[in-house]
Amino acid sequence: MSLASHLPALQVVLPLVAAPLAVLVRHTGAAFLLVTLASWAAFAIAVLLWQQIGSHGTISYALGSWAPPLGIEYRVDRLSAFVLVLVAGIAAVVLPYSRRSIEAEIPREQHYLFYAMFALCLTGLLGIAITGDAFNIFVFLEIASLSTYVLIALGRDRRALMASYQYLIMGTIGATFIVIGVGLLYLKTGTLNLVDMSVRLQEMSNHRPVLAALGFLTVGISLKLALFPLHQWLPNAYAYAPSVVSAFLAATATKVSVYVLLRFYFSVFGESLVFHRLPLPEIMLALSLAAMFAASAIAIFQDDLKRLFAYSSVAQIGYITLGLSFDSVSGLTATVVHLFNHGITKAALFLLIGCAVTVVGGSSLSRLAGLGKVMPLTAFGIVLGGLSLIGVPGTAGFVSKWYLVLAALEKGHWWLALAIVASSLLAVAYVWRFVEIAYFRAPPAGLPVRREAPLSLLVPAWLLIAATIYFGLDTSVTVGSAAGAAAELLGMAK
Amino acid sequence: MRHDLVLRVIAKLLIPFILLFAVYVQFHGDFGPGGGFQAGVIAAAAVIFYALIYGLDTARCVVPDRLVETMLAAGVLLYAGIGFAGLALGGNYLDYFVLAADPVAGQHRGIFWVEAGVAITVCGVMLKIFYMFTARGRDED
Repeated sequence: MSLASHLPALQVVLPLVAAPLAVLVRHTGAAFLLVTLASWAAFAIAVLLWQQIGSHGTISYALGSWAPPLGIEYRVDRLSAFVLVLVAGIAAVVLPYSRRSIEAEIPREQHYLFYAMFALCLTGLLGIAITGDAFNIFVFLEIASLSTYVLIALGRDRRALMASYQYLIMGTIGATFIVIGVGLLYLKTGTLNLVDMSVRLQEMSNHRPVLAALGFLTVGISLKLALFPLHQWLPNAYAYAPSVVSAFLAATATKVSVYVLLRFYFSVFGESLVFHRLPLPEIMLALSLAAMFAASAIAIFQDDLKRLFAYSSVAQIGYITLGLSFDSVSGLTATVVHLFNHGITKAALFLLIGCAVTVVGGSSLSRLAGLGKVMPLTAFGIVLGGLSLIGVPGTAGFVSKWYLVLAALEKGHWWLALAIVASSLLAVAYVWRFVEIAYFRAPPAGLPVRREAPLSLLVPAWLLIAATIYFGLDTSVTVGSAAGAAAELLGMAK
Repeated sequence: MRHDLVLRVIAKLLIPFILLFAVYVQFHGDFGPGGGFQAGVIAAAAVIFYALIYGLDTARCVVPDRLVETMLAAGVLLYAGIGFAGLALGGNYLDYFVLAADPVAGQHRGIFWVEAGVAITVCGVMLKIFYMFTARGRDED
């Protein structure tokens, strides 16, 4: 058999093997090289899989040659291929950045362990997106979460420990809810394979345990994806984690959780149960709106740029779940596109903040005064990323908001379209805070006149900013894949 | 504990049997309760017992930190490596059927090495946790 048919397994296994190897070599440079190469290989595999899906349709891989539904199945469809490309792509860009960035933030003797943890986190996130087995999702979720707690705790601020602990508690509650949901589904259907499960659930969709499972899964996954009232762990975690970790997590961890929610809603329970017989769309709509407005409003009053953008993440997740609540192809397209667009935008922003931190020594707004003069490239990049968060035409953020507004109008909710625009105005306010401080204040005394971050930091960050602009102008790849994934999700549910 | 002769003698007598029991649990996992996880824990318990009686420094001479960290990683690698062996012999990832001429024997062989990997990693993790807790405040670096 050719190696090409084993790509789904290699997608997860290469980063997995990189982790223990990084521990074995016990050397920063070698560990960095191993994990970076593994992430590049993972990105190549993800792109190959994405192309295979385009031409041949869904790929199923029987792990250990035990045929599904008995064995564990790796299943790649349009949505999972798209998420795999996002996660592996962000890792491939962020890792070269990490070498220089963690030197200032993490004690040197822990560097090889950082790379091992990063590889494990990548393994977990890729595994969640690729597996077609409910319990396997939980296992990979735990791999990703546990490594995330460690990565956050590595932050140089001592508050990072507290943030990590907070996330540990919330994340564990979320994971427990998810495993209770999966357990109930297993109890009712006797299978853990998602495809098999959805077939068997069709006759018993009004049974109480199935509804309970839906409830548990919704709450558990919502905790993980930081849906508005359950977002408390997120701002601290992003603010105090090392810059690389913030960038990677902001772009991938919550996005993969959204993927899990979509997977369970559309591929397992089916839209007729989730959207037509239960008031879930209304609840989702209300919470999404609350996230869009409340979190954006809180973001305006933050004094730390990392925290500001962390709250903005909570708001942006509101847009993602808003699209989901429409239960239409265009709404889902907006959700999936925004997963991607917001992922690259936020990763770029956190990487640029990392650049600023290496020079000015912190991310509080007072320290960033006059950044436009000291670090013109970094400051300009942050402004461009901010424009994408607002949704200015020509940036990736505009594309997702455009589809979101279209979906709202399609449903006849013109007031929702207005709400989307109004919440974007709040984004203008918080991005303006940075602009005002960076460009209209004098730099504090003692800072050099002009000093950019090293190129090894600037290049990955600007690569993502360039991607933000590119995907704002050429939407064929992102919107094409997202529309395909949305149609497939809704088609499967019927 | 330096002067407690009874404890030291009993420990010296017991530790080989604890280790032997770990090996028994490891290999009997095919036929009854047991397997890699339990065996790893029991083997680690033997070392922890040794450390309690003879002191942490002696234990760290017998099972150095370096070895513990290697065990941590090596077990996972062994497990993943079996998966690659399946790939190399023409099956899917983690395919044990192809590991021997007879598929059932292949499954036996596959699970044997996988359990060995589990035991090594579990033992390593247990010792790592024990060392880290007991060494706290001692060799702060």
